[in-house]
Amino acid sequence: MIPNTLPQSLIDNPLLSDWIGFEPEGRVRVSTGKVEIGQGILTALVQIAAEELDVAPSRIRTVSGETSGGPNEGVTAGSTSVAMSGAAIRLACAEVRALFLAHGADRLGVPAESLVVEDGRLRRDGRDTGHDYWSLAAEIDLTRPATGGAPAKSPTQYRVVGTDLPRVDLPAKIEGRGFIHDMVAPDLVHARIVHRPWRDARLASLDEAAVRRAAGLPIEILREGDFAALLGEREFAVQRAALIAREKAVWEGGTPLPDDTNSPDWVLAQPSRTRVVDTGTPPEREDGEVVSATYWRPFQTYGSIGPSCALARFEDGQLTVWSHTQNPYALREQLARCLGLDGAVTVLHRQAAGCYGHNTADDAAFDAAFLATRRPGRTVRVLFTREDEFMAAPFGAAMVIGLRAVLGPDRRPASWTIDIASPVHSNRPGSHGHHGFRSREALPDPPPQPVIRNDNPDAAGGGATRNGYALYDLPFHRLIHRTVDPVPLRTSSLRGLGAYANIFAIESFMDELAEAAGADAVAYRLSLMSDPRARAVIEAAAEMCGWPGDAPRGEGRGLGLGFGRYKNRAAYMAVAAEVEVDEAVRLVRIWGAADCGLVITPDGAKNQLEGGIIQAASWALKEELRFADGKVATTNWDDYPILRFSEMPEIEIRLVGESRDPPLGVGEAAMGPTAAAIGNAVARALGTRIRALPLSRERIMAALLA
Amino acid sequence: MTTTPATADDTTETILIVNGAPVRLAGDPTRPLLAVLREELGLVGTRFGCGQEQCGACMVLIDGEPVYSCSREIGALAGRSIVTVEGLGGGRGLHPLQQALLDEQAGQCGYCLSGMMISGAALLERNRRPSRREILDALDRHLCRCGVHNRVVRAVRRAGAAMDGLVDEGTA
Ligand code: FES
Ligand code: FES
Repeated sequence: MIPNTLPQSLIDNPLLSDWIGFEPEGRVRVSTGKVEIGQGILTALVQIAAEELDVAPSRIRTVSGETSGGPNEGVTAGSTSVAMSGAAIRLACAEVRALFLAHGADRLGVPAESLVVEDGRLRRDGRDTGHDYWSLAAEIDLTRPATGGAPAKSPTQYRVVGTDLPRVDLPAKIEGRGFIHDMVAPDLVHARIVHRPWRDARLASLDEAAVRRAAGLPIEILREGDFAALLGEREFAVQRAALIAREKAVWEGGTPLPDDTNSPDWVLAQPSRTRVVDTGTPPEREDGEVVSATYWRPFQTYGSIGPSCALARFEDGQLTVWSHTQNPYALREQLARCLGLDGAVTVLHRQAAGCYGHNTADDAAFDAAFLATRRPGRTVRVLFTREDEFMAAPFGAAMVIGLRAVLGPDRRPASWTIDIASPVHSNRPGSHGHHGFRSREALPDPPPQPVIRNDNPDAAGGGATRNGYALYDLPFHRLIHRTVDPVPLRTSSLRGLGAYANIFAIESFMDELAEAAGADAVAYRLSLMSDPRARAVIEAAAEMCGWPGDAPRGEGRGLGLGFGRYKNRAAYMAVAAEVEVDEAVRLVRIWGAADCGLVITPDGAKNQLEGGIIQAASWALKEELRFADGKVATTNWDDYPILRFSEMPEIEIRLVGESRDPPLGVGEAAMGPTAAAIGNAVARALGTRIRALPLSRERIMAALLA
Repeated sequence: MTTTPATADDTTETILIVNGAPVRLAGDPTRPLLAVLREELGLVGTRFGCGQEQCGACMVLIDGEPVYSCSREIGALAGRSIVTVEGLGGGRGLHPLQQALLDEQAGQCGYCLSGMMISGAALLERNRRPSRREILDALDRHLCRCGVHNRVVRAVRRAGAAMDGLVDEGTA
């Protein structure tokens, strides 16, 4: 049974009414601080609530990420939502159910143990008692703190959890509804921002006449400091104006970025602070064979298919903001701070296109909020242009990762060193005591930038160091972490943070060590791995792909495998990839085996893992930002291609965990293992290893010619 | 007939057939079809993704062919028949592909799906039994960042089978 210690979300939001309410017509409100960002969290939480309350899932209405009511659970990130919000909802619902049973028993003069709940109705000996949650709701005050005293069900009793409840948000979406972009208001005013191309750029001039001409309809141009916005009644006109304004704006000063920004040399040339963490016992002698290698992950971007959107309305001193932010509470706080509206800001989460890390949602929210304060009584709607989604977005941080092992006489690493250089992986609103809004920096009197930015602490899962500690049995492990800071660009969270590149590097290096040891890559891993759950996923993936296959090395075809346990504490996953390489890499097939412990929605977990594999494969094969003229030069999908339908491998997923183990987050589990599997497969197919991502056509050609 | 107010001093009028009904559009004939659908006709199911014919989020059927609506000017479309995701079912509930997407749970954020349904439905009009390769090619203009591609492929197959009147569990 899952123990009833109060989860943090319940400690932070103790009232049962924060989480649950009974509404007319047999509906149940379940509130969560976590938000739907395409990952299916609301469906999983509905299942948990339905399970513990014993009501049909269709009765449940979720309220999510609204600062006007409901629990504050911080940011939706890091594959923690089921573990955090799910744990709170599970206990709160179990307690509500117990309260109603006890109250019903009182009313009926029978022992509570003799009653059961079926779809919200109290029943006894197979007969309806005439009472249900809704008829009793007025008699039970849920504005009381949760005690955690009511037992939640044990996994063996589950009837809803662990089944494939269809996604609750999908029906609307396949009918073309359900996105923030679709919200309308009679008093809507559309806006676009003329974003600065690099940090501290000054807007020297803007040919307003040309911008107005391009619009074709009357628009308003609002300028304050180096901030410029275009507003109008008709969206297409404002959009036209925005595209021309981008070309007509003349910027000077500030910190234009050099063309070679996206290179290991540039990253290593920036200032950095170094710390060293040793674990285990250093070997007495370091005279064994040394194997070392350096890996590279470039600056990349999340590239959501829908550009960021926000709406805001300011009236009677109150600001309401609709946003697809990952953290409505932090957004509220930073908006209030920046706009001097303490206690007067409400943030309401609304869904948008998939979110894979810190995107421009908060920036769009600030833009809309700021403009709303300048146009009180109107609903201001801001949409990012596609170009700004590339140019003005936070960057997934680049990483240079050195690995070095000293092999003992048994060919196992006696000493292991990982040396990670990377800018910080979080610059969300509120990080480093900073507002984090791009446009606030362009407005007059911006608050100063933080003097230093530290990366996410290891205890919180780390940023650059996430999964930097290899899970293998290593007698001595040295981690060198160089926080590259300050840098003149905004680096932030991209799905998995450092885990993606660290697992790519570590698992590539494992293959290199196996080679040095003359051992099979899977057997070598298993000889260094004592965690049975890790072994199980590695063995499962190897079995699924028919490891080691029959392709001879270096002849254009190969299998590769990669393993990781996200954050070293969420889901375990091993991925195997089969590739063909001629001038470029073709993905033939990918297999994934994951242990996520108790899985709330197995099909949803598979969907996340498949999607993670595809995104990680796209990062690994195709993606890198380019810089020119001081700014991002890859500003559309032709410049920054991602994996397309015609390039899709078939994918097979197997869930191998046990439902008696607590749920482990799945959203980011696939990223690193996929990159590693592809990298290792390509190394086998080519007969030579490419250690820099992406494994693009240019790099393959260069390797073939070398 | 829906009539929208003139947007400029331009007195041009364009008539389109949208989801089976004629629509009279006054004003600027150079405005993009996508803007007209979303802003003027309230057909918000068609999505803006890039505005550059590079992502497929805005795909609609024009006389049965999938076409990017983000860049098409309405003036060039006079008299043409346009179908958006809202009209895909032809007023008879969900199109089989919509149902199949639900059956296959082919969605994460769902932002890309409106466009894909258009191209998928057009493919199924020609070919109820497309191969995996034919489906991949038909959908290749559509980007999805969540990675639901393989599920969408399965959904197209399932829908084709349903449209053929054959219950084919093997496509699941
Ligand atoms: S919005 Fe038309 S193709 Fe992207
Ligand atoms: S489901 Fe999110 S972009 Fe396709």
